[in-house]
Amino acid sequence: MEYLRAFLVGGLICVIGQILMDGTKLTPAHVLVSFVTAGVILTALGIYEPLVNFGGAGATVPLTGFGYSLAKGAIKGVNQNGILGAFTGGIQSTAGGIAAAVLFGYIMAVIFTPKAKS
Amino acid sequence: MNNINSKDYRKYVNSKIPKPSYFKNCIWAFIVGGIICTIGQIITNFYNNVGLDKEDGAAATAITLIFIGALLTGIGIYDKIGKRAGAGSIVPITGFANSIVSPAMEFKREGYIFGVAAKMFSIAGPVLVYGFGSSIIIGIIYYFITK
Repeated sequence: MEYLRAFLVGGLICVIGQILMDGTKLTPAHVLVSFVTAGVILTALGIYEPLVNFGGAGATVPLTGFGYSLAKGAIKGVNQNGILGAFTGGIQSTAGGIAAAVLFGYIMAVIFTPKAKS
Repeated sequence: MNNINSKDYRKYVNSKIPKPSYFKNCIWAFIVGGIICTIGQIITNFYNNVGLDKEDGAAATAITLIFIGALLTGIGIYDKIGKRAGAGSIVPITGFANSIVSPAMEFKREGYIFGVAAKMFSIAGPVLVYGFGSSIIIGIIYYFITK
């Protein structure tokens, strides 16, 4: 059941992205940026948290989930450290993913060469 | 007069016909996106079982998926998936890894600083700018609301 919920929620979030890309002139970069920002705003409004509780990884794996971690971290940071936490909290809670993206991204880009496009 | 009407009619009909690729793209996005998230759930459950709490488990899952996404991009599989899956492969965090590795590989001949290292952030950079920026603003607003 947990896996089915993750599948459904994750699939639907991706369909929203697909509709944005096909229906408007938005590029993948636009979609990624707007999804992160949407995740931050929806979390701040308290809308995204129920979705995470319901869909699990279906809500945290899409890039809106990255926004969710950022906003949740920022709010937690403010609760612990006041105004300083607004700056440190979000980045702290996403630090692992970002560090991994920088390191693995660099290593893979150095090791592999792009395949010829057909 | 008749002519104009039939032209208008055709335009009306065309606007009503759903584009076949449009629907197919959504199905692909749904299935591939759903599968990636299900794999994410499996990984999350694994980390929770070995003793990580909810937040650490989510972070470890993100790291694992980013590694998988970066590796599959490097060996050329991710772009093949992406041709069909569209947003289904772009929106999950593996797509974020893909957006880093793809341009970095492409511009390797421009060197390891202005090629690889700079181009890594051609899409990830804006994502971080807007993600960090909006979350800090949210934090500041929250501070002034609650204090």
